Amino acid sequence: MEDIKKVSVILNGQEYQVPQEITILEAAHRAGIKIPTLCHLDLHDIKMVNQTASCRVCMVEAPGRDTLVPACVTKVSEGMEIRTDSLRAITARRMAVELLLSNHPNECFTCPKNLDCELQALAAELGVREIRWEGERMDYPKDISSDAIVKDSNKCIYCRRCETMCNEVQTCGILSGISRGFNAFVGPAFNIPMVDSSCTYCGQCVAVCPTAALTEVNHSDKVWEALNDPNKHVVVQTAPAIRVAIGELFGMEPGTIVTGKLVSALKRMGFNGVFDTNFGADLTIMEEASELIYRIENNKTLPILTSCCPAWVKYIEHQFPELLEIPSTCKSPHIMFGTIAKTYYARKNNIDPDNIVVVSIMPCIAKKAEAKRPELTKDVLNNVDIVVTTRELGAMIKEAGIEFNTLADEEYDKPLGETTGASVIFGTTGGVIEAAVRTAYEWMTGETLENVEFDQLRGSDGLRKASVNIGGKEIKIGIASGLGNARELLQEIRDGKNEYHAIEIMACPGGCIAGGGQPYHHGNYEIVKKRQQAIYQEDRNKKVRKSHENKEILELYEQYLGKPFGKRAHELLHTHFEERERI
Amino acid sequence: MTRPQEISVVDTDLELPQEGFIELEGYIDNIKTTKGALIEILHKAQEIFGYLPRDVQLYIARKLGIPGVEVFGVVSFYSYFNVKPMGKHTISVCMGTACFVRGADKIINKLKDNLGIESNEITEDGLFSLKDVRCIGACGLAPVILVDDKVYGRVKEDQVNEIIDKYR
Repeated sequence: MEDIKKVSVILNGQEYQVPQEITILEAAHRAGIKIPTLCHLDLHDIKMVNQTASCRVCMVEAPGRDTLVPACVTKVSEGMEIRTDSLRAITARRMAVELLLSNHPNECFTCPKNLDCELQALAAELGVREIRWEGERMDYPKDISSDAIVKDSNKCIYCRRCETMCNEVQTCGILSGISRGFNAFVGPAFNIPMVDSSCTYCGQCVAVCPTAALTEVNHSDKVWEALNDPNKHVVVQTAPAIRVAIGELFGMEPGTIVTGKLVSALKRMGFNGVFDTNFGADLTIMEEASELIYRIENNKTLPILTSCCPAWVKYIEHQFPELLEIPSTCKSPHIMFGTIAKTYYARKNNIDPDNIVVVSIMPCIAKKAEAKRPELTKDVLNNVDIVVTTRELGAMIKEAGIEFNTLADEEYDKPLGETTGASVIFGTTGGVIEAAVRTAYEWMTGETLENVEFDQLRGSDGLRKASVNIGGKEIKIGIASGLGNARELLQEIRDGKNEYHAIEIMACPGGCIAGGGQPYHHGNYEIVKKRQQAIYQEDRNKKVRKSHENKEILELYEQYLGKPFGKRAHELLHTHFEERERI
Repeated sequence: MTRPQEISVVDTDLELPQEGFIELEGYIDNIKTTKGALIEILHKAQEIFGYLPRDVQLYIARKLGIPGVEVFGVVSFYSYFNVKPMGKHTISVCMGTACFVRGADKIINKLKDNLGIESNEITEDGLFSLKDVRCIGACGLAPVILVDDKVYGRVKEDQVNEIIDKYR
């Protein structure tokens, strides 16, 4: 069936038959030979392949050629002889790393990427024991202008993975190589601070950066301060994607579900209330499904676009301001939760809202900036006070000396602790819209939905189109994960080429499970797939799988909010968006 | 430690002439394909405006449908492109290898003293700006300076003042 021409190559003295058109790197991999790489990153699942061949760490010897060749971009050819293990090749690779280190800060001990750094790991692997050259070093100011991303160009090794991610996958066009030669660095246009750029803070650049040139702003100290302030009532909420990923930071298999241990760890850290952002997600569905039905029944603007993802919201504000009428006006789930914590929860427990600190544990870097948006911090009362990522929480649990792996399972606190399967799947691409459909279906038809799993909405392709029959009406749905895919959908809508009723967009390819704040996958996308399977498993484990059947949610409406999409719900749970400059 | 060269684009108070943008638009619209034409367009824009301020770079980016940073990446890569307004006359000193070994550094220092400015700066009277440029391909005449389009070859330190005075 397959007719791929094979060629014979001699790798380290042994002959192999490999398909032509593959690189030496790939051929060696198939032969069980590891060639070290640094700038190279192959995430073909999300159509990102970074092949700049800029680091020269994968140099191999091809006898008959004068110079060494980079294995990551050099194609094999018939009869090619390659030595990956010759003294010349090994020395050259080590020297490439030594040269990178000669202009790299020697501060591994205090670096945020300590023990998670690909350059550090490589230096160890290649046996670099001294840096023989003391050369000139660049001294760039650190960009700490934003609430989300820190850019430390002194640690940049110019691999340009961030540039590929930002421009080709996410199509944000923020980061690029600037200037030339020794002065070159990666940054936004006109060398403006990140905060003034059109960066969405999706954090995918952080997710692929091999060093600490791009990291998240660390807010864990603020959490410790709040926890140690006796006047503060500190509540914490965990996003759906945390429970299927944080175990990785404690050596567990990717895809291990650790919800109970997570809750237990947070209780030991001293939080006064440990809650689930899933509650906010169920609330979001109540509002968003109501808004969808309202728009369909009243012939209002369609499609409706989910607004849970702050990076995606910022993206449309910068890139498609003419479409700002179509996103749902719902606040994102963790912001909704924060609002409810400072109103309903405060009143119910007789706590002064000023003394409540809401901490969100998010797989996301953009949520850090979202929490600081002026319209979400009005009246001096933040909806959410502090956002920390999965990685930051992992480090805090270690700091606190909690043995995560041996913790017994515990349950979320109540009220605001009951959640459904619908809200768990918010963590993966396709999940928000599936949760909305489960509710919209029953509300629109008045029938009970027997099979709540909508296979047509699932998958990991970045761009999916499906339709769901609701009471004889075909509801057309578009799903995009990754902002480049979102761009395609938005262009279709803008140009009137396709009609949809509802669209779900998540900025990170794969959804929140692959968020910029999650444990680093270091280029292994199988990890992300396992997290997705775990999310669906967690959904199946739930007794209640539809948001509108969450009893605590229904109680909240009955006692406090009134009707879904009603007046008070509007005041508290909805927000607005604004046009932003594109730079 | 080496501080990075200052490359941020200054926001000038200068009003950019509207007819400049019209001319630039006409130029871009008449190119067969804009693919691969960025450098060509930047040359034209610099010819029109004298330099490439932020608004002009963003204008080109929008017009070509590419990110602003892509335009800026190219502008910052080539020393030919100016991001600051230039003097009436631009003095470019070739710092290529041949010129350098034949004393280009002395020539440029003499110019700096005489004009009272550093590279990439403009004299107070707006008459001159000074640039150090990469090889201009006239190595046989090293060391070489350019005043606008005029080439001065085998320049000696004591000739510098005389050359400048011609333009005063």
